[in-house]
Amino acid sequence: MYNSKFIIPGILVFAGLFTAPFWINAVSPKHEAVSVALPKDPVVFFGEARSKCIEPKEWMAANHMELLIEWRDQALRNNKRIYVASDGKKWQTSLQNTCMACHANKDEFCDKCHNANSVSPYCWDCHVEPQGNNK
Amino acid sequence: MNTSRRYFLKVAGLSTFAIAAGASKGNAAEYEAYPEGLKAHRWAMVIDTRRFNSPEDMKPIVDACHKAHNVPTIPGPKEIKWIWDDTFEHAFAGDPSPILPERIEKRRFFLLCNHCTNPSCVRVCPAGATYKTPGGLVAIDYHRCVGCRFCMAACPYGSRSFNFMDPRPHVKELNPEYPTRMRGVVEKCTFCAERLEKGQMPACVEASKGAIVFGDLNDPKSIVRKMLANNFSIRRKPDLGTDPGVYYII
Amino acid sequence: MVEKVLKGSPKYYLWLLFLLSIIGYAFIVYVFQLMYGLQTTGLTRNTSWGFYIAQFTYLVGVAAAAVMLVLPATFHHYHPYHRVIVFAEFLAIGAVIMCMLFIVVDMGQPQRVMNVILHPTPNSVMFWDCTVLCGYLLLNAVIGWTSLEHESRHVEVPRWIKVLVVISIFWAFSIHTVTAFLYAGLPGRHYWLSAIMAARFLASAFCAGPALLLLCLLLLKKLTGFDPSKPVIRSLSITIAYAMGLNMFFYVLELFTAFYSGIPGHAHPIHFLFGGHEGLNVWVTGWMWTAVVLAFVSIFFLAIPKYRYNLKILPWALVALVIATWIDKGLGLLIGGFAPTPYETYEVYTPSFWEVSVGLGVFAVGALVVSILWKIALEMKKESGVPFELSEGE
Repeated sequence: MYNSKFIIPGILVFAGLFTAPFWINAVSPKHEAVSVALPKDPVVFFGEARSKCIEPKEWMAANHMELLIEWRDQALRNNKRIYVASDGKKWQTSLQNTCMACHANKDEFCDKCHNANSVSPYCWDCHVEPQGNNK
Repeated sequence: MNTSRRYFLKVAGLSTFAIAAGASKGNAAEYEAYPEGLKAHRWAMVIDTRRFNSPEDMKPIVDACHKAHNVPTIPGPKEIKWIWDDTFEHAFAGDPSPILPERIEKRRFFLLCNHCTNPSCVRVCPAGATYKTPGGLVAIDYHRCVGCRFCMAACPYGSRSFNFMDPRPHVKELNPEYPTRMRGVVEKCTFCAERLEKGQMPACVEASKGAIVFGDLNDPKSIVRKMLANNFSIRRKPDLGTDPGVYYII
Repeated sequence: MVEKVLKGSPKYYLWLLFLLSIIGYAFIVYVFQLMYGLQTTGLTRNTSWGFYIAQFTYLVGVAAAAVMLVLPATFHHYHPYHRVIVFAEFLAIGAVIMCMLFIVVDMGQPQRVMNVILHPTPNSVMFWDCTVLCGYLLLNAVIGWTSLEHESRHVEVPRWIKVLVVISIFWAFSIHTVTAFLYAGLPGRHYWLSAIMAARFLASAFCAGPALLLLCLLLLKKLTGFDPSKPVIRSLSITIAYAMGLNMFFYVLELFTAFYSGIPGHAHPIHFLFGGHEGLNVWVTGWMWTAVVLAFVSIFFLAIPKYRYNLKILPWALVALVIATWIDKGLGLLIGGFAPTPYETYEVYTPSFWEVSVGLGVFAVGALVVSILWKIALEMKKESGVPFELSEGE
């Protein structure tokens, strides 16, 4: 091959650099779960004091973003503002008035996990975060 | 069945925790409207302008709306407003030199989104961010708005405002139950869709002590139809064919 | 082919460096616009489109103008144009790229631009405008590139390219028609609500675009010695003269409807543009009258063959024409459309310094794209033995 003594090492260096994140990850310490502040006090929804999240914790951690998008579309496009959870309980589809009524500590709940996963959703560009904290 | 529901069931099926819940839930609807929500085929507003004779009559109503919806107070031509007032000549532009009785000349008229039956803003939106709801409201999805401002050029009533800057610092008292908007999107009056769906009248109607009424235009027994049947009313620029939903009793 | 971009004279490099520095400056300004929102512009609640959309509208016309060479060459077998067609197509590419950038810099939420494709709305003219612009960019890129490659290898262009050329002719008319529909279908904006808007846009495009092309070709001759050939200059200037005549005629039609009918809605915007309103908007008044004077100057020199064929006068007539049409279809159109406001009031819109800065950056991007593409085209022509200088007879 023409100029192979330059090209082959060049390709190797490029491949090494390109896959560097995998190598660095493989030798660095294991990923730690983020511990977020969970609310303690029950909050009244539909006349009932509730202390459990709308869906199981693990499912919410993985799917809350898609659920919120579905809530938005149902409320805005279909005029449906009540979510019936898998246990049959009803909730208002509102980030501000339902989710954050319990999860009032945005810094230690939302932000902590989002920062650890380096995502920056723009929810709070519009939605108002609670003034008081439910720690 | 929508995609997220299917997705939910798939995830739920894989996890042991949801088997019992999923089975007991059966085919229950996942989303519901509030049972007390107000329904109409065609929401419309009738403003009895005879009852607004001074700026003091207007202000509480504007404040009620702007406070409820976190509308920012930005001075100058980049302002944002959902409901405001103006003179007869400006509100009902078209006659360049009308000769008016003194009471009309002094009177102020509320201006707001007309929630047209044939809204040109909805026609031009390139992202489907502004749309008509089944009740005939013209709504905006601020999450989807790309900020092209085509709707502002298309609206013949000047009902729409653009967020030239982050509005949050300009909201005096935040209503924690309602969002603000972000810079770069268009906003306007919503006829209080979020209140109607919980069985409440729009904020301006509630604050007007009966001077503004709201109801179903298609229902002959509704209060708006009664008002219109007994009083002479006009609308803004009806000749443009948009079929505005705000009537003014003169 | 691409390597041709890299080899050039110091002057060529200096020019690219100059453009890149403008782009760099404008980019920094744009980042500030992104962070602080469109408050950096002179736009207001009542004049919600301005400098950016004005440039967009004008440049769609420039892009569509390539058809004024492609059509005679394809349908009427007018061979002299083949010498320069690729330059027209590459100018169109630059113009379409500028159009797209002007739309993006005008958006409040540019990161959501894909919403137009993710949530397609066939009822919106803006959706169709995006579609036809993307299509036109693709057509010109494929046609220009392939024809150039075949020319350099001295082989006939393939049949499928000829099909695409015919499509591109109709497509060019469509892009500017759709752009006119952005304006002409809005109730309550009387200056725009005119059935002749699309025809006016096309007439203005078919004089302004070829004029800009001819100016660039004359400049190219001065810089590199590549002669566009006498027949090309003659035929193009005739096209320009007729199109400008039509363009001005169409404007007179608007004036007739507005002032003979006397309907205030139609007359007020024109009154405002040319006479202001109670002392308001002095700069627009001067701006519009400048356009009128320049339009008449250009049509005078273009209409009379003695002046039209005089290469000392022609460039100046073209410059006058480009400025006149740029004012009329640019800020004149936008400011006229938003005056009066829906409440019959008047206000002054003046583009801000930052707005113009970002605009200059977009123009620099266009100039950069066109410079590079023309450089490639020129080198290819040189390589394939196309003579640069022509004797008087050719």
